[in-house]
Amino acid sequence: MKKLWLWIPLGLFLMFCGVAAYQLTQPKDEFIPSTMIGKPLPQFDLRAASGDRPGLTTADLADGKPKLLNIWASWCVPCIAEAPHLERLRQSGAEIVGVAIRDRPEDVARFLDQYGNPYTRIGADDLSEVQLGIGSSGVPETFVIDGKGTIVYQHIGDVRASDVPVLLAKLREAGA
Amino acid sequence: MIAELGLAALWLAGALSVLQLFAGVLAVRGHEDMAALVRPAAVVQGVLASISFLTLLYLFAITDLSVKLVATHSHSAKPLIFKLSGAWGNHEGSMLLWVTVMALAGGLIALIERRLSEKTMLATLAAQAFVGIGFYAFILLSSNPFERLPMPAAEGQGLNPLLQDIGLAFHPPTLYFGYVGLSVAFSFAVGALLTRSVTPDFARAMRPWILGAWIFLTLGITAGSYWAYYELGWGGWWFWDPVENASLMPWLAATALLHSVSVLASRDALRTWTIMLGVVAFSMSMLGTFLVRSGVLTSVHAFAVDPERGTFILILLGIYIGGALTLFGLRANSISEGERFKVTSREGALVFNNVMLSAILGIVLLGTLYPLLTEAFDVRVSVGPPYFNPVGAIFTVPMLLVMAVGPLLRWRQDKLSRIQMPLAVIFAIMIAVLGLVVVLGSYSLLADLGLAIAVGLAVASFLPLRGRNLLRVPLATWGMVIAHFGLAVALFGMASESAFTKERLAAISAGQSTEVGPWQVTLEGVQPVAGPNWTALEGQLSASYEGGEPIMLNPQARNFWAPPQETSESVLATRWNGQLYAVIGNEAGQGRWQLRLWWKPFVTFIWYGGLLVALGGLLALIGRVATDLKRRRVMRRKELHQEEAVA
Repeated sequence: MKKLWLWIPLGLFLMFCGVAAYQLTQPKDEFIPSTMIGKPLPQFDLRAASGDRPGLTTADLADGKPKLLNIWASWCVPCIAEAPHLERLRQSGAEIVGVAIRDRPEDVARFLDQYGNPYTRIGADDLSEVQLGIGSSGVPETFVIDGKGTIVYQHIGDVRASDVPVLLAKLREAGA
Repeated sequence: MIAELGLAALWLAGALSVLQLFAGVLAVRGHEDMAALVRPAAVVQGVLASISFLTLLYLFAITDLSVKLVATHSHSAKPLIFKLSGAWGNHEGSMLLWVTVMALAGGLIALIERRLSEKTMLATLAAQAFVGIGFYAFILLSSNPFERLPMPAAEGQGLNPLLQDIGLAFHPPTLYFGYVGLSVAFSFAVGALLTRSVTPDFARAMRPWILGAWIFLTLGITAGSYWAYYELGWGGWWFWDPVENASLMPWLAATALLHSVSVLASRDALRTWTIMLGVVAFSMSMLGTFLVRSGVLTSVHAFAVDPERGTFILILLGIYIGGALTLFGLRANSISEGERFKVTSREGALVFNNVMLSAILGIVLLGTLYPLLTEAFDVRVSVGPPYFNPVGAIFTVPMLLVMAVGPLLRWRQDKLSRIQMPLAVIFAIMIAVLGLVVVLGSYSLLADLGLAIAVGLAVASFLPLRGRNLLRVPLATWGMVIAHFGLAVALFGMASESAFTKERLAAISAGQSTEVGPWQVTLEGVQPVAGPNWTALEGQLSASYEGGEPIMLNPQARNFWAPPQETSESVLATRWNGQLYAVIGNEAGQGRWQLRLWWKPFVTFIWYGGLLVALGGLLALIGRVATDLKRRRVMRRKELHQEEAVA
């Protein structure tokens, strides 16, 4: 070991390994709750998105009965996948209202004909104002709204079979 | 069946790398009968790994949703090109690409490399296999890309919309080719350490691989920077983000290595230093991979983050880098330093450049790892441009100045008085430019200095061609000239952007106008539009440069739905002297829209410069390979003559 400097790189590298290994074992807090949960819905008044269901206003969601608010669109492929599960939620007694994002009435009607219509009301959100207002970043998303118009739960992505009982439980909690 | 075929090929390739390692080590230790196995093992391994990767491409092309990786990263509604790029736009696929390129490189060495002594060659292939084994193990044991789902998915989850961009589809593979090229240089260095033969021939064998890796890294960094610039919509082109640094650090090391390997090849000096850089360059690639994949650092670009995989990469890092550095500590003593030279000489300038590059590398490394270090003491810091720019400049400025002069010096020893005239010219140009930008109204020290050096360096880079017959200048020299000129061009873009950029944030309604620099921009309207897998709000802007003919620009705020994500599609109006950069934001109430505008003089020079640097590398590579082939032909002809004479 005549030349000590030859070992400096190894020493530095081992130090790095030590710190990196320590960091890897540290738990990371990755859960980011939506900032809108627990807050009241913003004020909105959406026209009807299709011929056979009325539009949607904030007042409709503050009638005392908890509801699911489903953000969707006819151009959205995962929305097709979640359609049967929404239907099951409806059959289990959930009231579902829809917000159709940037959609045309004829496309909405075609989609509902083909994949079922679990909604009691559907509002057309052409400028994504409701979508952005309630902290949703994409379609589909499903929110649980309690009877007073407060957002209590957010489900990101399509509703799958395993999500149905979770959403029903959240609805029950919101009603109590 | 197809997925299983890919998996089987990968297992076989992994098994062959084990064979290659053991046969190689035994052959080096004197079991000569083992030597015959090594080269074929490397070639077949390359073929099998390629089959495996092609299989994955096929699965993505047909969107086979029974394969987990396809279901989680692709989607039937995606354009084909993004289905294919989905194959490597994720952790598993990119690791498979890595190992495939590495295996192909190993096969290629086995097929064409003839300059090295047989023993060093075998040791190099064994080292290559040793590195390969770790990656095969990593993929096969913890990130199998061919894993099936218990039940085929009904539909895939898509690809991160930020990655659905044609530039980005080819960005990771470009960087990977660079990283893998450096793994070859690493294997060469380890091979030479094992057999204690660090010779000019070794340097010549290693050089094309470093050049190749360096070209890809240069292209990768250039493309990555341009992507971040136009896709992230924040108007900047370099953020000193850990992921960006992860690609810059191997580039810095490779640049130093490229220059020191040239000294070793032509002057048989800097032996230990070259070996050291060979180890460091690949260490930086692996370190980058670790930082990006493990999630120990927070980054705007990091994806496929997973601490468990981080542990695996850290172990690999420990074995390879720790092993190589231990070997270096043990063996470097026995490599003599080689030829001596004077400070004022081509070698002297190259050594200075090497030291400065290493210092910059050290600074970037420290800045990148610093948050990791402080977090261990529960202090969260973020290190950004306020640290990197001035501290980096301390070493960059002298390096660039010496870079302007170095190529004018002779090998071994020279006198500065011999190049008095060119020195005076370069210096005068720099002072003149400095004066000019101050008159133009820029008082940012670093930016102004950058502009002056850029113009001086641009002129200086062509001086080595002075008084020579341009047709007889070797291609490698042209390569150097163009690469140095490219760096000057890029530097000019960077400095100009930072000295003269104008920014405007406005909230205006349809029909209203705003101004930024020489541009007048009017918002004509905003309307919804839909694409194949997104919808967007699109602004219609008409922009006119100094009252000229207006052009239409359509920036978008996009909403992707699989997976859900919002992105802003900025638009750029490019003129020869700069770019107008426009981003549309949210509605600001009362029918007004947020609009963010920048006028960036000469910003495009940054990337043109990067491309020129890569072009220089390419010319040098072609030149080197051509000279090599010629030398090989001459040697063969000589041998034939001798045989004829004997007969």
